[in-house]
Amino acid sequence: MILAVETSCDDTCAAVVDDDGRIHANVISSQGIHDAYGGVVPELAARAHAERCDLVVADALRTAGITLDDVTRVAVTRGPGLVGALLVGLQTAKAIAVARGLPLVPVDHLDGHLLACTLRPVAFEPPFVALVASGGHTFLSRVDDPDRIEELGGTLDDAAGEAIDKGARLLGLPYPGGPALEALAAEGDPEAFAFPTGAKVRGLDCSFSGLKTSLLYRIRDLGEAEATARRADLAASYQRAVVETLAVRVERALEQTGLDRLAVGGGVAANGPLRERLGALPAAVAIPDRSLCTDNAAMIAAVARFRPALAPEDVAGLEAYATGQRPPAAASAR
Amino acid sequence: MRPDGRAPDSDPPVGATGGGPDDVRTTTSAAATEALGAEVARRLRAGDVVLLRGDLGAGKTTLVRGAAAALGATGRITSPTFALAHRYDGAAVRIAHLDLYRLAGLGEDDEDLIDEELAGDVVAFVEWPGPAEALIADRVALEVELAHAGDDRREARLTWRAAR
Repeated sequence: MILAVETSCDDTCAAVVDDDGRIHANVISSQGIHDAYGGVVPELAARAHAERCDLVVADALRTAGITLDDVTRVAVTRGPGLVGALLVGLQTAKAIAVARGLPLVPVDHLDGHLLACTLRPVAFEPPFVALVASGGHTFLSRVDDPDRIEELGGTLDDAAGEAIDKGARLLGLPYPGGPALEALAAEGDPEAFAFPTGAKVRGLDCSFSGLKTSLLYRIRDLGEAEATARRADLAASYQRAVVETLAVRVERALEQTGLDRLAVGGGVAANGPLRERLGALPAAVAIPDRSLCTDNAAMIAAVARFRPALAPEDVAGLEAYATGQRPPAAASAR
Repeated sequence: MRPDGRAPDSDPPVGATGGGPDDVRTTTSAAATEALGAEVARRLRAGDVVLLRGDLGAGKTTLVRGAAAALGATGRITSPTFALAHRYDGAAVRIAHLDLYRLAGLGEDDEDLIDEELAGDVVAFVEWPGPAEALIADRVALEVELAHAGDDRREARLTWRAAR
């Protein structure tokens, strides 16, 4: 049994997964994010993680119906993320590993998103192209094997989830913007306004900053009354542009790699129109349950099945890495 | 609906030198905004903090991308809105790239985290600095106010806080 801990961003997560990829517990404790001010993180993660990490681990063990005696490996997210937050998870995992004499497996958070689909019941096996789109990350990778991952492209500026949240904010919608934008968009015409999707930009990288600006300009041009009256059309057209920006890159990646298998991860995978658009591609498409798409520890355990444990003498010195400092070994083919 | 997408940073800049900006520039493309970032980076020293203000899409991250590349960062420079803080390794200094857009205010522990991100020989860029302004005022070397000026045009108002 693998016990995994993940604290790279806002959520404190622990999971129990067996060596066959069956999930026995997947506990996610979100920070008290509320919408009073439009998306507030009251504490910058570290203290909230510290207060909850032991409880979340205990909850995962209890849910799985096991004790630490049944755990054979401990997995933990090493990065990329907010270092202060990552350290809480690292400390917790190190303490358990050392106290119980268990092997500790450091895991890259993005590999977690890429390999979440390998967990049962989806159990989607490589090779595949994977799209990860969340609030903090947006990239495409080719996964030939759990140990052979190559990044094909990614966002040059904002993540897709961030573009959705900020678009929602421009439209005066509450935080988190994703579900609110999707609900409003369902009442609007996605063809009403033409927003840029960078379809003419070649390659597998994408950009959302220009899209954000076009929505801002469009709202200003329409004027407050008209923009408010046409909010649903704006939402639908904007959402469509985000979906198309991603879908066009996915199509190119499938064509370029010759693969006909696609895995989707990250919180944006919950978006209905994106699922519909990607589901219609001539490929086998795997989109795990939402609880495995947003940040979670089960995906960290999923990766740990394929990664070596640290030598015991290296456990104490294991450090976190920030977003922007991901080591090349974690980002490309191993 | 707020046209700028969020409540403005209502507090006046802490410790501003007073008067107008030292330098007002217009850029006509994202590449030109990056070039402006590279230009200001040459005047920055370890320990400096740069504050970046402006609407969504005004070019804050774009300017940081140019500055970070000029300081020797080689990886992707993307928006830190969700992560809150990114770190990049420059040639001679580490670069801290913060974005406090998601925060309404700072708790005590948040101050520790800001201190931690700004510790050591770093050049720091802080987007949406509102909640942390008082905390980092004495380290601010430059304030950049970016504004949309139609299409790809942006106006950048640079205010240096100390003689360089």
